Amino acid sequence: MNEPQQQWTETIEAEHSLFDVKLKEVWRYKDLIYMFVKRDFISSFKQTILGPVWFFINPIFTTITYLIIFGRFAKLPTDGAPGLIFYLAGVTLWNYFSGALLGTSGTFTGNASIFGKVYFPRLVTPISIVISNLMRLSVQLILFLLVWVYYLINNEISPNIWILATPFLLLLMALFALGVGMIFSALTTKYKDLSMLLAFGITLYMYATPVIYPVSMLPGYFKNLAKFNPLTGIFECFKYGWLGVGDFSPVMLIISTFLILILLFIGILTFNKVEKTFMDTV
Amino acid sequence: MLALKAENISKQYRLGQVGTGTLSHDLNRFWHKVRGKEDPYLKIGESNDRTTKGDSEYVWSLRDINFEIEQGDAIGIIGRNGAGKSTLLKLLSKVTKPTTGKIFTNGRIASLLEVGTGFHPEMTGRENVFLNGAILGMTRKEITRKFDEIVAFSGVERYIDTPVKRYSSGMYVRLAFAVAAHLESEILIVDEVLAVGDADFQKKCLGKMNDVAKGEGRTILFVSHNMTAIKELCNKGILLNQGQLAYRGNILDTIIEYQKNSEAKARYIHEGPLDGAMGNENIRILEFSAQPNHGALIDIESGIKIKLRFYNFKAGINLDATFELRTYEEVPVFHTAAIISTNNDSETKEYCVEFVLPRNLLNTGNYYFKLIFGEDQRIPLYISANIIGFEVENVKFGKNMSVLPGIIRPELDFKINNYDSSTIF
Repeated sequence: MNEPQQQWTETIEAEHSLFDVKLKEVWRYKDLIYMFVKRDFISSFKQTILGPVWFFINPIFTTITYLIIFGRFAKLPTDGAPGLIFYLAGVTLWNYFSGALLGTSGTFTGNASIFGKVYFPRLVTPISIVISNLMRLSVQLILFLLVWVYYLINNEISPNIWILATPFLLLLMALFALGVGMIFSALTTKYKDLSMLLAFGITLYMYATPVIYPVSMLPGYFKNLAKFNPLTGIFECFKYGWLGVGDFSPVMLIISTFLILILLFIGILTFNKVEKTFMDTV
Repeated sequence: MLALKAENISKQYRLGQVGTGTLSHDLNRFWHKVRGKEDPYLKIGESNDRTTKGDSEYVWSLRDINFEIEQGDAIGIIGRNGAGKSTLLKLLSKVTKPTTGKIFTNGRIASLLEVGTGFHPEMTGRENVFLNGAILGMTRKEITRKFDEIVAFSGVERYIDTPVKRYSSGMYVRLAFAVAAHLESEILIVDEVLAVGDADFQKKCLGKMNDVAKGEGRTILFVSHNMTAIKELCNKGILLNQGQLAYRGNILDTIIEYQKNSEAKARYIHEGPLDGAMGNENIRILEFSAQPNHGALIDIESGIKIKLRFYNFKAGINLDATFELRTYEEVPVFHTAAIISTNNDSETKEYCVEFVLPRNLLNTGNYYFKLIFGEDQRIPLYISANIIGFEVENVKFGKNMSVLPGIIRPELDFKINNYDSSTIF
C-alpha cells in the first residue's frame, strides 16, 4: 500500500474520560469569550436612557436601604466602621457573587438554542459570564473607591496592607461562582427543581455571609461555623484591608481557597460530563 | 485520504416526558455500573418508526451506522423525516455525543445547522458578523480579513451599523448566510439552510455551495429535501431509513434507492389466492404501480406510467375504474375514470388498465393514488385506501434548481416577441 498513512485530528466517542477537560480548546476560542462579554455589555444598556449609570444606581439604593433597615432599625454593629462604606463594601462584593452565580447556573438552560445548533467548548459560556460580571464589578468598585477616599480624607477608616489582597479575593470569588454555578447548571439540565432551590437559596445565603453584619458579632459556635463558608474569609479580608475593621485571620482565607478549589474542581468535572449530552435532556 | 470515518455509531433517545422517573433510571444505571455491569437501558430500544406505537420508552434514532468519507467528497444525506439525518449531523458537529461508537475526523469541522445562530437583535450587523463568526469557530483576525467580502456577499452594506432587529427577515438571513459561507474549514456540514430566503438568494446560496464543493476541494455533508440541489452539489450519497444506513453510493443511485423504499410503496402486487388480494367480493386488485416512463427515476420530466390489473366478479354491468390523485397535503389533483364497459357487458375476468401521466405535468412533491370502482359511474363497488404513493423529484428549470411553487409545472410554449420601440411610441 502506497497510501499515505491515514491520520485523524479528532475522535468523537461515546465514552470520554471525566478528566478530559479541553482547556487548550477553550483558549483557542478566546475571541468568542471576548465577543460574549461585549454582547452582554452592549445588550444590557441598549435603549436605556441612563446606560451604564444603572451600574451605580443599584448599589447606591441597596446600600441606603441596608443603612436604614439594618443600621438604624435593627442596629446591627459594623465593627466601628462608618455604616455607609461598610454596607457598600458588602453590597458591591455580594452583587458580583450573586450575579456571577446566577448567570453561570443558567448556562445550559439559557443557551440551549445556541448549544443545539453549533459546537464550541461549552466552558466558554460560564467563563464569559463571570468576566462580564467582573466588568460590572470594576465599574461599581469605582463608586466604592470614591466613597472610600471621602472617608479616608476624613480619617474615619484605617486601611492596611491587606488591600493588596483584593485582586486575589476577586479571583477567588470568581472561581467560587464559576464552580458552584457550573455544578448547578449541569444538574439543572436534568433536574429543573434545582433552579428553584438556587433562586431562594441565594437570598438565604446572603444572610449566612457577613454582608450586612461583621463576623465579630456572631456568638462563638456560629463564628466557627461561619469559617466554613468560603465567602466569610473573602468578605472579612476585604473589609479588614480597606476599612481596617473585622475579625480577620489568614487561616480563614486559606480555608476559603481550599474549599473553593475543591468546588471548582467538582464543578468542571460535572460540567464536562453533562456538556456532551445535555441537548438530549434539557 | 479519508476526511471522516464513522464506526458503529448509534444514538438512543428516551421518549415521552424526560424527567419523570429519570432519577430511578439514573440510580438503576449507577447501580449496574458499580457492579461492573452493562447499562441496562442500552439493550432495549426499538427502531425509530414513528407510525407504529412502540412498547419501549427508548428508541434508537440511529443504529450501527458505518461509513467513510474521502477528502473532497460532497455527500448528500437523504432520508424521510425522522430517518435520523439531523441526528447524524448533530453527532458529526459535536452538538451531542453518540450513545455508542466512534467518529474519526481529519480537519476542522464547521457546521451550519441553522444560519444566524447566536445573532443578537440589539447588536449591529457588524458586531453580529464578529459574534456569529466567533461562535462558528473563526478567530477575530480571520473575520477582519474576510469582513468586506462577507458584507459584499450579503448585500446589506447600507445597514451594517444598524441593529439587526431593524432588519427585514431577508436581510437577516442574507447576512447570516454570508458569515457562514465564508467559514474556512476542511469539513463543512450543512442542514437545510437553503430553505430560507427568496428564490434569488437561494440561487446565490446554491451557487456559493457549488463553488465550495467543486472549486475549493473541501469535504461537504449536505442534508436537504431538495433533490435537485443534492444532485447538483453532491457526488455521493448516504441513504438513511429509520435510523439505519440503507444505501451508500454515488448520488444518483442513492436517490433512486430512496424512491424505491418510499413511505407508500410505488408498486402493489398481489400474489397467491385471489381472496387475499386487496378488494372485496366485487373487485380484487392484483397489481397497481407507478413507474417512470423514461429513465430510472420519477422526476418532472420522466413522465409516470400507471398500471392497474384487477379481477372483476360483477358480470353484465357498466364498469368503471376511477383514479383519484392527491398530494400528500390532501389537495386533489384530478379524479378521472377509465370506463371499461358501456353496454352492460362486463365480464368476470382480469382487466388491465394502463396510462401515462405526461412529462412536465406534476411538479415536484409527494402524491398518492386512490381507486374507486363503480357501476354506471354512480354506485361504488369498491373504494380503496391510498394504495400507491410516489414522489416526483425536482429538475432544474433553466438555471434555477430551487423547488418552484405549485402542484403542476407545465412546460409552456412561450411566444416572445421583440417589439421595436418605434412601433409602440
